[in-house]
Amino acid sequence: MWYLCVFYHRLLDYRKPEVESLAELFGAFSKDPTNSADVQTNGSGSNSLEWKLPKHHHPDSPFHFVNLPSEEIARNVANRSILVKGIFELWGEGSSFEELEESIKSYPDDRKLPYLTSDTTFKIAVETFGKVISFEEQNERIRSLSYIPFKGRVNLKNPDHTFWLIETDDYDSNNGLPPIVGRRIFFGREIGTADRKLLPTYQLKSRTYLGPTAMDAEMAFLMANQAQAKSGRLVYDPFVGTGSILVAAAHYGAMTMGADIDIRVVRDGRGPDCNVWSNFKQYGLPMPIALLRADNNLPPWRSGLKEVFDAIICDPPYGVRAGGRKSGGRKLLKGVIGPYTVPDDKRTGHIPSTAPYSLVECVHDLLDLAAKMLVMGGRLVYFYPVLREDESIGTTFPEHPCFKLVATSEQMLSYRYSRVLLTMVKIGPYTEDIALAARIKHLEFKENHLKWLEEGNLHSAVFSPADNHLKEAGDTRISKESKARYRGKYV
Amino acid sequence: MRLLTHNMLSSNIKGVANRFPLKIEVVKVVEKEVDFNIDFLKNMFHKVEWKALAEASRTMGYTELPETADATMLDSDDFLHKFHHALLELHLEEGALVCPETGRKFPVNKGIPNMLLHEDEV
Repeated sequence: MWYLCVFYHRLLDYRKPEVESLAELFGAFSKDPTNSADVQTNGSGSNSLEWKLPKHHHPDSPFHFVNLPSEEIARNVANRSILVKGIFELWGEGSSFEELEESIKSYPDDRKLPYLTSDTTFKIAVETFGKVISFEEQNERIRSLSYIPFKGRVNLKNPDHTFWLIETDDYDSNNGLPPIVGRRIFFGREIGTADRKLLPTYQLKSRTYLGPTAMDAEMAFLMANQAQAKSGRLVYDPFVGTGSILVAAAHYGAMTMGADIDIRVVRDGRGPDCNVWSNFKQYGLPMPIALLRADNNLPPWRSGLKEVFDAIICDPPYGVRAGGRKSGGRKLLKGVIGPYTVPDDKRTGHIPSTAPYSLVECVHDLLDLAAKMLVMGGRLVYFYPVLREDESIGTTFPEHPCFKLVATSEQMLSYRYSRVLLTMVKIGPYTEDIALAARIKHLEFKENHLKWLEEGNLHSAVFSPADNHLKEAGDTRISKESKARYRGKYV
Repeated sequence: MRLLTHNMLSSNIKGVANRFPLKIEVVKVVEKEVDFNIDFLKNMFHKVEWKALAEASRTMGYTELPETADATMLDSDDFLHKFHHALLELHLEEGALVCPETGRKFPVNKGIPNMLLHEDEV
């Protein structure tokens, strides 16, 4: 059945992937809708929904129509989502109130009357996009709906049924931004809405233990939704830091596990009540199953251990806010000196040296780990940085024979660069050939450490003086204009 | 460190053939209650190296796990609770994991295993 799906006007690229991921989680693509588990096992990963736009609406419009198999799935999706303002059973729409009335009247009675009976309570909410209307105008709008035979009592606090009257305007004239919606009025019955109260609860300001790259709560929840975190599943973050991504996964009931190369972050934090554990305790969430210090470049997992994680979620260090590290000293990797032999009496307290970890290598290791250790149909969700001067957006994302890329969602961080949330689904087994190719690549990275470090140096690309940069690439303006002017960090 | 983690880790020192299971050197064990999740246990049962888990749980002072286990035992509530306790509720708070071949110790402090290798082990 087709539903009206209204989004918050935020993080535009993240909206549809979130709904599709949750639809799959709640069994929209399984043959037997009561058993969402077989989606995981069939692992085809090619599940997408049918979408339509209202007349004269731009794809960036908050208004979409989506085809979902049942009201229950629609409700589950909306209630778990972060960006769905509401999913509605549309009773009528029009470009004027006359058209709306006609449309509502022609909507079949057997779909309407069960929600209008005298033993139910209801409420009508008035919502606008691109315009503001006063309280009196809202009441006027509600009164104009008198042609709908409401028999129940009004209950504003806790109604059985909520109806929404949503109005949009042509707004090309009011602020010079490109128009994304046409004038349209919708009336529908609420099926479900996002629980955005989560966000103030989990906001970073209230978090005890924070690091410089802690993931903000909204993004962490979006990542957990892309990863389909839920009770009984095991989610791993190889760059756990202060645990900000795993907090969201744990909120949805998943078992969590995290590793970091910096022992101070995972073990010590800032004291007994300010560390990764306390971040979970603070919200009454179950503690991570494990936190450990490990190097993503040389993971310590036993060789027989395969396909143990249901999802891997992370924000790899790509060298802009924080640089990655891996085992081995600088000089060692440059080949200037041989490995330092630790004297036997100093082995216990020895702190091994680490060297910078290039983005390319880091992503290679991440994909290899995920290919090996995710279950079939399991998801790898991670951020990948993109220089916005690159014309090649969409073509340069990492690929792997075991994975299918199912969603790419861009968030612009500055004039110069964006990060893109990639969601990859494991569709193929980790074979001997793939393992061998990965080992060869690993050695190549080790031997050409410096070369990769220079090529993958995002920090200088992002922070080098602007003038040189513009001269180098004369047509940068064009590529920047290709994104609508209202797009930014939060939209 | 829970025994689930112990069951997943190995010594990845260069050139070592016998990497798993790591021996456990106990200084301090604590028990922490964890919500019982039957789906998770059933899911993990097939991924766990049973012998290593049973041995590790004995080292930690818990002797209730049978020597061998098969999937039919998952029907028993009693078994599931024992499995749950051994896998998730026993913590090595202080101690070390010891490489079975070289005897190299990976320290466990405040419950966090430090699996980072020294320069000459990479």
